[in-house]
Amino acid sequence: MLAALFFVLATFAITTKVEGSRQGKDRVATSVVWVCFILALVPLLSLAWVTITKGIKVIDGYFLTHSMSGLLDTDEGGGIYHALLGTLEQVGIATLIAAPVGLLTAVYLVEYGRGRLAKTVTFFVDVMTGIPSIVAGLFILATWNLMLGFGPSGFAGALALAILMMPVVVRSTEEMLKLVPNELREASLALGVPKWRTILKVVLPTAIGGITTGVMLAVARITGETAPVLLLVFGTKLINPNPFEGAQSSLPLYVYEQYVVGTEASIDRAWGAALVLIAFVMILNLVARGIARWKAPSTGR
Amino acid sequence: MAKRIDISGLSAYYGNHKAIDDISMTVEPRSVTAFIGPSGCGKSTFLRTLNRMHEVTPGGRVEGKVLLDDENLYAKDVDPVAVRRTVGMVFQRPNPFPTMSIFDNVAAGLRLNGSYKKSRLTEVVEKSLRGANLWNEVKDRLNKPGSGLSGGQQQRLCIARAIAVEPQVLLMDEPCSALDPISTLAIEDLIGELKERFTIVIVTHNMQQAARVSDRTAFFNLAAIGQPGKLIEIDDTERIFSNPSVQATEDYISGRFG
Amino acid sequence: MDITTETTSSPPPPPGPGTTLASKGSSHAGDRVFIGLSRGSGIALLVIMAAIAAFLTYRTGLAVSKDEANFLTSSEWNPAGDPPVFGIAVLLFGTIVSSIIAMAVAVPVAIGIALFISHYAPRRLATPLAYVVDLLAAVPSIIYGLWGAVFLVPHLDGLNQWLDQYLGWTYIFDKTSDGPARNLFTVGILLAIMILPIVTNVTREVFLQSPKMHEEAALALGATRWEVMRMSVLPFGRSGIISASMLGLGRALGETMAVAVVLSPSFIISGRLLDPGGGTFAQNIAAKFNEADEFGRDALIASGLVLFVITLLVNGAARWIIGRRKEYSGANA
Repeated sequence: MLAALFFVLATFAITTKVEGSRQGKDRVATSVVWVCFILALVPLLSLAWVTITKGIKVIDGYFLTHSMSGLLDTDEGGGIYHALLGTLEQVGIATLIAAPVGLLTAVYLVEYGRGRLAKTVTFFVDVMTGIPSIVAGLFILATWNLMLGFGPSGFAGALALAILMMPVVVRSTEEMLKLVPNELREASLALGVPKWRTILKVVLPTAIGGITTGVMLAVARITGETAPVLLLVFGTKLINPNPFEGAQSSLPLYVYEQYVVGTEASIDRAWGAALVLIAFVMILNLVARGIARWKAPSTGR
Repeated sequence: MAKRIDISGLSAYYGNHKAIDDISMTVEPRSVTAFIGPSGCGKSTFLRTLNRMHEVTPGGRVEGKVLLDDENLYAKDVDPVAVRRTVGMVFQRPNPFPTMSIFDNVAAGLRLNGSYKKSRLTEVVEKSLRGANLWNEVKDRLNKPGSGLSGGQQQRLCIARAIAVEPQVLLMDEPCSALDPISTLAIEDLIGELKERFTIVIVTHNMQQAARVSDRTAFFNLAAIGQPGKLIEIDDTERIFSNPSVQATEDYISGRFG
Repeated sequence: MDITTETTSSPPPPPGPGTTLASKGSSHAGDRVFIGLSRGSGIALLVIMAAIAAFLTYRTGLAVSKDEANFLTSSEWNPAGDPPVFGIAVLLFGTIVSSIIAMAVAVPVAIGIALFISHYAPRRLATPLAYVVDLLAAVPSIIYGLWGAVFLVPHLDGLNQWLDQYLGWTYIFDKTSDGPARNLFTVGILLAIMILPIVTNVTREVFLQSPKMHEEAALALGATRWEVMRMSVLPFGRSGIISASMLGLGRALGETMAVAVVLSPSFIISGRLLDPGGGTFAQNIAAKFNEADEFGRDALIASGLVLFVITLLVNGAARWIIGRRKEYSGANA
């Protein structure tokens, strides 16, 4: 770092002398931009590197197919099957709730929304986008658990995740629907097709690639959420396939728990789960972007 | 099949802005009526009031009557969706549905209005594509996307799509303005054939085109920018282009526009 | 697209001569159902938002009314005590300080990277880079936390020593205790790394929109590349940078897990950022939640409400800035 600083100052001094101060400043700026870039790359590369090297040691078939049942924290072995199952169920339920609501809201905003209600909804979707995940967790805690008296469950976690997911789906779907040329809507309406069928059969199919991408990115985002899961799903070492009753686990929560335990074996497990989690999220992202790219030529004219 | 259109006292608005003012005219069945006039004179807006597409635009509003044979399109109990099935439309830029094949594009109007048997669809698609002079060019690739065709072919595909639902009237909003001269010629020929079966109304910027394809021509103008457009006169095309009764029409036609 | 398996009943026949236009058929029922559904979804969203505000406020009321200390200024957190005392002063301080550090580090670097990707890097490098930054924005925060605790904390020890040695006289960087760097400063750095991708992304998109003509005009006048940036790109992107920063700030304020994992918390307000201690709203909720009884949870919900209001204000400010920008560019169009 000091070397970089020295290099920048040196170029500045030399260039200023040789070519004048304007060129000198330009050189410095170029260097600074490069340094910024390298500076940022270091931690990010290190993050990827550390996760992969530490995680890969732990992951094997046993790790993926077994739970932590009957293991002490200091024991080696164990696995993430219960957490994987919990994550899939919670994220699945959250998606089943949030995707239809988000999609229909976006349809309302783009296709029907005029006037006060639409403006209000748009505004509050913006507000909702900024809700910290822990606050969404607290809300479900205050209603579902404290008021209605339910215990911790995967479903409660899924409700909080759905709240986090909805505005993301609305936003991305809205963008995609706006990209559908108005001419297509008019062409369909002019054929005497009712508006709702126009939306269902012409507008949505045209935008479906982008909408899928948006939903998948939203899924990827909530998959990594830990805070609401910590409050609402509680965590367990056992396999609990029923999301509606009893504590479950989830991948990010598992990472946290294993880290907090702090033994060598448990931190290894934390890295293993982190790598699985990151791989899952990255694959979702890559597939989503792949769909966007693959669908793009046929939707855009 | 084809119906007569009687328009009386028709005005159209965008919000508070009046786009066309108090138009009355009659469009004869089985003929081509062309609308000409400078940009912004409201001829496209007027065309869109004839199948109630104008009200699709936010703030779009219409006053007056449009009688299709003796039925008022703007009567209270009329369903705009049914109107659009009866009065078809072709747009300025060819707009085939990008997610559908050529076959599905032509069949779209029927399918989206309810289910039809495959055999009937096949029959209608072939008939419509033949009707649009496109059958021979696409019969081997009906399952390819419609967006793969050339601009002129796409526009004829859109015409086939419009006539597949068997409307009484066909509205065309500058159907050739995005096309090259050869494609334009193909469409003009097609219009000549289609008028045997449909009442056709066409908006065009090209006065030679109006002279070539239409039986009657209506000239629209506006007093100034921001003023509503008005119908100046409507007459047989020959008369409009040789000996119009209004000075403004003659000025426009003999100007350097055409 | 296959539409042959339609379930809608009785499609209206194609109108031949003589059919009436006044057929109010199934199409209208469909339209009504569809409008109802989609509008209902929009309303459901509003209801959820209203419920969030209402329930958090209600629970906060329950908690704060029994609080024997001043909720806003007390730096104690003992809702289970007798009498119950708790206040958010420490959390407010820690949240704001760590977020400020994060912003101070992340925003300039993000602008640098964004400029690099949009204007400096060769095309072949820029496209994959943008892609990678996109992906990095998706890395779950718990993983940043794990990496921060295991890897970043020991590596920042050196920097901490150095700051203490040369800048210790500023008090802020005066390190009085030994031990690992689980302090607000490290948290700030980690938050900076976490929000870097998202801030970079938004900023880059704004830079890419800066009018090419202006840049070329400036270049044609003989400006150096840096002068082009300063005269054309940066002014154009200013409001974009601000709103991107606000977006990042919103994330940093509400970040839970990474802070919970890295920070070694305590209920003391100290300006010595290199000493372990302090806390943030979100971190405190995650850490105290398990041991809290129902009243303790209400107290945590109360602190959550404060966090909610702060993020709302930040997002509102961002929105306002973007809105002004729209008006501005609208006038230009």
